[in-house]
Amino acid sequence: MAIRERLSGNEAVAYAIKQVNPDVMPAFPITPSTEIPQYVANYIANNEIDTEFIHVESEHSAMSATIGASAAGARAITATSSCGMALMWEELYVAASNRLPIVLALVNRALSGPININADHSDSMGARDSGWIQIYAESNQEVYDNFIQAFPIAEDKRVHLPVMVCQDGFITSHGVENILLADDAEVQKFVGEYTPEHYLLNASEKMAVGPYAVSNYYMETKRAQRQAMINARAVILEVAARFEQMTGRKYGFFEEYRMEDAEYAVVIIGSAAGTCKAAVDEIRSTGKKVGLIKIRVFRPFPEEEIAKALSKVKAIAIMDRSEMFAATSGPLGAEVRAALYQAKNCVEVVNYFYGLGGRDITISDFKTVYSNLETIADTHTITDMYEYIGLRKEQTEEV
Amino acid sequence: MEREKIQNRINEQSPWQHITEGNKIFEPATSKDFCTGEWRTATPVWEVEKCKQCLLCTPVCPDSSIPVMSGKRVEFDYEHCKGCGICAKVCPFGAISMREGK
Repeated sequence: MAIRERLSGNEAVAYAIKQVNPDVMPAFPITPSTEIPQYVANYIANNEIDTEFIHVESEHSAMSATIGASAAGARAITATSSCGMALMWEELYVAASNRLPIVLALVNRALSGPININADHSDSMGARDSGWIQIYAESNQEVYDNFIQAFPIAEDKRVHLPVMVCQDGFITSHGVENILLADDAEVQKFVGEYTPEHYLLNASEKMAVGPYAVSNYYMETKRAQRQAMINARAVILEVAARFEQMTGRKYGFFEEYRMEDAEYAVVIIGSAAGTCKAAVDEIRSTGKKVGLIKIRVFRPFPEEEIAKALSKVKAIAIMDRSEMFAATSGPLGAEVRAALYQAKNCVEVVNYFYGLGGRDITISDFKTVYSNLETIADTHTITDMYEYIGLRKEQTEEV
Repeated sequence: MEREKIQNRINEQSPWQHITEGNKIFEPATSKDFCTGEWRTATPVWEVEKCKQCLLCTPVCPDSSIPVMSGKRVEFDYEHCKGCGICAKVCPFGAISMREGK
């Protein structure tokens, strides 16, 4: 039976770690993810779990030690945020190309500079090409659920890729919400005993990990890695179906909120989806058909599914919580538009930036977004492409 | 028994589906199968008559290319020697000289 609790996002992840009881956790503190290793250290000190916690001197070492532990045959995890993940950069790619099923609890925080500790997606979006599976959460419940599902996804033989479980810094990580927790025994049964087929500590099989690959082998290696990401699509859905059987909570690549007859849609990632849903409800009560698509799985990118979900709308606002300084779109904007193009759908699309460095976005902001979409659909004219929502402007500035 | 060279199983003609997951290698010392000696631009030459068999050269070789048999060094392993010249530098008897080229 599910346990009713009230937990912050960090507490929820730490609780999931306690239930999974992984073999090794090397970690280095960084706001706002510090609480995760801190709570885990408490569990270990209280003999509630027997995870080997490794105190490292940097995040570069944290990911290196996680890779070493995983290659050795351990179920290995770590947690970080922002610049901590930036310091892991080199190892993120190594973990993925070595095909190690590591689970990383990422608490999204803006990258420096200017230095800032609040939520945006610049850290994980920067790592979107590293070969990690990326799963995002709107709420504490979702980050708990995603974290548990990450293990069977990463460890599936068809996949063997690391998984990044993302939640928005402070908004989700420190906000306390009601949450339903699964039983310890249920979670343990769900993730199962970790039994890798090949591992360095296996005395009966000699193995080398991470050899040099000259150009005659590098491309074939990358293509094989791509196949793992392709395979992850089916595995993510299978694991979600199994999770639904256990908890009754349903997950897919993305959530469609009131999209059934929607004419105007927002596409968004993370906690701001909650605010957008409130706006959708209010606008729906006036009779207008608005909806929301909240991306859960950004890697692998569900290109065809998103294009299908958006095939009937008149106008779309794609909302990016990170810059990529293309001087054009943000990462989500670029990929969703590519999906639409591939589906030969030339619907009106606008790409906005919001919430950078923790800037609030409100229900009223989303109402403005939906009202802009209505105008764009009516006039077929986009005047505010790549706008920053909630940006202060000179009053005299021409729009 | 002579083991099958790893190149016979995975080589530059192998399709991507044959590459092991994460390039993992499931046997030891496969570097022996690769003729890395072809990278060499200078070649050590052993002058047997000057050699006192002091064996100072063997442990300093970074590529383990000075084999020892029955307590005595034998000819260089040119399959793996990269021509770094450390052995020539360390030899107290001038028994190793460096020749330009392979």
